[in-house]
Amino acid sequence: MLNEKKILAIETSCDETSAAIVADGKYILSNIVSSQVQYHKEFGGVVPEIASRKHMENIVPVVRKAFLEAGCDLSDIDAVAVTHGPGLVGALLVGLSFGKAAAYALGVPLIGVNHLVGHIYAGFLTGEEVEFPFMSLVVSGGHTSIIYIKDHGDYKIIGQTRDDAAGEVFDKVARAMGLGYPGGPEIEKLARKGNAQKIKFPRAWLEEGSYDFSFSGLKSAVLNYLHNAKRRNEEVSFEDTAAAFQEAVVEVLVEKTIRAALERKVSTIILVGGVAANKKLRAEMALSAEKRGLKLIVPPPILCTDNAAMIACAAYYQLQKGRCSDLFLNAEADVELK
Amino acid sequence: MYVLAVNSATSVASVAVVNEEKVVSEFFLNTSKTHSERLMPLIDELLKYSDLKLSDIDAFAVAIGPGSFTGLRIGLATVKGLAFFTEKPVVGVSTLDGLAANLPYIGGLICPVIYSKSNEVYAAVYINSACGLERISPYLAVSPEKLVLLLEKFDKRKITLLGDALDMFNENMLKRLGAGLKIAPKEHRIPKASTIGCLGMEKLKKGCIDKLEELVPFYIRASAAEEKRKGKCSN
Repeated sequence: MLNEKKILAIETSCDETSAAIVADGKYILSNIVSSQVQYHKEFGGVVPEIASRKHMENIVPVVRKAFLEAGCDLSDIDAVAVTHGPGLVGALLVGLSFGKAAAYALGVPLIGVNHLVGHIYAGFLTGEEVEFPFMSLVVSGGHTSIIYIKDHGDYKIIGQTRDDAAGEVFDKVARAMGLGYPGGPEIEKLARKGNAQKIKFPRAWLEEGSYDFSFSGLKSAVLNYLHNAKRRNEEVSFEDTAAAFQEAVVEVLVEKTIRAALERKVSTIILVGGVAANKKLRAEMALSAEKRGLKLIVPPPILCTDNAAMIACAAYYQLQKGRCSDLFLNAEADVELK
Repeated sequence: MYVLAVNSATSVASVAVVNEEKVVSEFFLNTSKTHSERLMPLIDELLKYSDLKLSDIDAFAVAIGPGSFTGLRIGLATVKGLAFFTEKPVVGVSTLDGLAANLPYIGGLICPVIYSKSNEVYAAVYINSACGLERISPYLAVSPEKLVLLLEKFDKRKITLLGDALDMFNENMLKRLGAGLKIAPKEHRIPKASTIGCLGMEKLKKGCIDKLEELVPFYIRASAAEEKRKGKCSN
């Protein structure tokens, strides 16, 4: 493997400090993810300043581990990739500053990667053949977007949330039920024991033909339901509430993604992002996709949540197109998908 | 021995190269523009103009705090990246020590003040003694009023203030510090990388090397979320 290109990638856009070394955009030599969940738990969500501080503590140990696990020397690296947004600016800046210095010190190209694009490229790390064009649903605590991918470097967001991200709503509903943070896994666990048909929560389909999402109405409906029951001293089944809420989210996500895929005549859907770890979503999406003859690619959970391997993979294709960054690269809370 | 120094703790971005004999080169921008964008290009240009390569640098010094949380992290993350990939040592130097070192050989108290948040400054009190600059107070995060109270307790015949938080002291406060109060001229108020480099070099000569893994900014203050939580607990 003489001509193999090794990319070191760094990702610090939220509360995960991650570094990975990926060869040729497909062989993951290492993918270290250091989660900070335990530090944010007691605050019920990610505290940006704490996240930034933790990244600063984690960055060198995580990068060192990535080299050790990959069995690589510093000089083996052909390019450095770094997430420059969207995300928490203070958090992004730690990885970005470190990554810029790394590329400069190694004398190799620097590649700034859009976090959303990174998520999509997790689909290229599963070993499955990906055919263009395809549709991707990126669904996490920070994003809920349906993206049409025509080719490498050619993306178009065709729908996204107008208020809360799906993962965020999971967290908020979980908090209202007194469950732990992050809320996704907790809700999923409860929902398994519940009956989704017992309560009917609203689905926001928005205007006809829209691929956008809105979850704030659903969130309010669940919170009101809990609140009213408490006021009337009625017993609430958290299991049924969780199941009905989860079903409402999943139904809209699946239905809009499948419709987008059919209307744009793609044959493949890639489902990624932290919420893609939700088994109900995976199962429903798989069922719907199969019915319509669509191929569904869902990477394993470690590649669905924030990780640097996906950033390295996206960077590999950017590098092939010569889309590198200069030392002025900055972190941005919102970056347009280009 | 060449030391590359970085100081991005305040709204000034500064980079310098120093060696045993001299300050070789220094750039600074006091333009309040984003450090994240400019710090690496500044380092690149500085080395180019100094006819040096990054591989010529033997160690790195960085202003470790106190200062802007984000500014400190940009500087330290950059230096960590450089040090990790060149496998060279790194040393952190107090931002306030660096600022006080702008005023050597002057008598009386020296008190650098750096902007912290709307009602607070970072500060420390120094005197020039026979063995050089000596810090005679803890590193502080205090309101300007409290700092004035503290300074009043020292011998206040002569106090020199410097730093970027001078405008947080109103006339009444300054009056209380007496007729001996001096404000350093603006060209001496800038938190520079060269002083960080020289102080860093001294530390390195004494064998003080910071562990790259463990080095974190000296924030003084906890995050606002943690401060709030602490406040709740003690109530």
